[in-house]
Amino acid sequence: MGEHNIRNFTINFGPQHPAAHGVLRLVLELDGEVVERVDPHIGLLHRGTEKLIEYKTYVQANPYFDRLDYVAPMNQEHAYCLAIEKLLGIEVPRRAQLIRVLFAEIGRLLSHLLNVTTQAMDVGALTPPLWGFEEREKLMIFYERVSGSRLHANYFRPGGVNMDIQPELIDDIEAFCDPFLKVLDDLDTLVMGSRIFKQRNVDIGTITLDDCWKWGFSGPLVRSCGVAWDLRKSQPYECYEEMEFDIPVGLNGDNYDRQVIRMEEMRQSVRIMRQCLNKLRAPDGQGPVMTNDGKIAPPSRKDMKRSMEALIHHFKLFTEGFHVPAGEVYAAVEAPKGEFGVYLVSDGTNKAYRCHIRAPGFAHLQGMDFMCRGHMLADVAGVLGSLDIVFGEVDR
Amino acid sequence: MSAELQALSDHIASSLGEAIEDRAIAYGELTIVSRLDEIKRVVTFLRDDPQCRFVCFIDICGADYPARERRFDVVYHFLAPHHNRRIRVKVETDEVTPVPSIIDLFPAANWYERETYDLYGVLFSGHPDLRRLLTDYGFEGHPLRKDFPLTGYVEVRYDDGQGRVVYEPVKLSQEFRNFDFLSPWEGTDYVLPGDEKAKA
Repeated sequence: MGEHNIRNFTINFGPQHPAAHGVLRLVLELDGEVVERVDPHIGLLHRGTEKLIEYKTYVQANPYFDRLDYVAPMNQEHAYCLAIEKLLGIEVPRRAQLIRVLFAEIGRLLSHLLNVTTQAMDVGALTPPLWGFEEREKLMIFYERVSGSRLHANYFRPGGVNMDIQPELIDDIEAFCDPFLKVLDDLDTLVMGSRIFKQRNVDIGTITLDDCWKWGFSGPLVRSCGVAWDLRKSQPYECYEEMEFDIPVGLNGDNYDRQVIRMEEMRQSVRIMRQCLNKLRAPDGQGPVMTNDGKIAPPSRKDMKRSMEALIHHFKLFTEGFHVPAGEVYAAVEAPKGEFGVYLVSDGTNKAYRCHIRAPGFAHLQGMDFMCRGHMLADVAGVLGSLDIVFGEVDR
Repeated sequence: MSAELQALSDHIASSLGEAIEDRAIAYGELTIVSRLDEIKRVVTFLRDDPQCRFVCFIDICGADYPARERRFDVVYHFLAPHHNRRIRVKVETDEVTPVPSIIDLFPAANWYERETYDLYGVLFSGHPDLRRLLTDYGFEGHPLRKDFPLTGYVEVRYDDGQGRVVYEPVKLSQEFRNFDFLSPWEGTDYVLPGDEKAKA
């Protein structure tokens, strides 16, 4: 056989593959078992979110953000609400800020639990996802108790949050914290300490800090390269400034570092949650959970029955919605997966003129090509898992 | 904060001169408008100048303003982690004038430019692989343009007889209604079913 008969082998990975974390089609060019080129084909879950938002009032568009990264819904709503609040120039009441931070951290737990344990599944261990899902179940019940919905919460609203949190729920979340830390310790021993998990993840998918900046990476990927870059600390929003927590960083920028960082971030999240719970119980943590500007926040049911003005506000808010001053803003939050940003252009009407969603997963998935080159075929699933991809936000 | 941004804005304007068409600080964010053909020089300067150091790529997206002569905005966002600052750069273009691709400055621009091309039809010169990204294989049109209908033109279904997915023109059981709540006293544009008889 002459040399000209040797050619690279091209295979399809997905769109229906359990390790593709959703609907991803990867066209892989292989030389034997070594990956030469990766061409991700995305958009199989494209739902036109940005177009739809242009046709909805600001409040009606809020639920679309739950459906982006459906693993941590409230973190997305958070960025959108922050963008609107920036344009409106309104201040969120302190109690609402605390509740937002509390649930943003619960969202972080939800996302990291799923990612760390399914990473174990991607490299061959089948049971860890079940442990992770058990805890996720409890957290989703907290979501349900505060918003009425386990997943698509629509709880953060421009100006605050939809409803106040019940004192019993505060107690129950507190009761969740300690046993959860025990579960994390178990996961640490069983998954992070596992010889197979290390063999499959250490020194796989290595990136440098320079790569991170120029490829637009954020979140645990940047931190795995040894930089304590976290928007909660560097560009604090809400009341993150008064929270005490540490930013875990890695040194090697490989898959394993990213997962260890996620494990540690969960512990830090629990730390923040505890502080929020204490502050919510304290006297200065009481008060309204929604701005009292009647032109933005709907009135309470009780007021609506008695006050003419409240009734008019209610009617106007639920038909026309509030108007947002013309202008453009970019608001970003540290979502579990990285920097989640919303670029919002308003033309002064009740609907967004343009709303671009900057999803961390989109930038990360783009890096698949250079991260996988030279690795074995089996490592593709490992690298993909460590990037923490959810297709809701990549495809939008 | 805004004094610092103003100083940065002045520094950028004095260094780049003609390349900057406009600059503004609003809502605590710095926006500069670059000339279309100078965008690569502007981005290179923002990345390499020690006072700027916008080394972190954040985002590229499009925006459509059909009333303007050059209807599209291409909006770039960058982050300077060392100075902890953000910047927005905009260029204006139309359907036929390509925007110079910044892919050799920031490799991440690849997909973002592809997405902008896909959704708005903005062309990028120097992009090695300007394919559609988010929409379906063989999709026609650019869905985020303001003149593209929300419901689109085609719908898909699986056809049992032919044993494959078929594309058909969109059939809506009820016409898409876009209520205009802004001027409720003037009513809506479309004719309610039956109303045409009253006029005839």
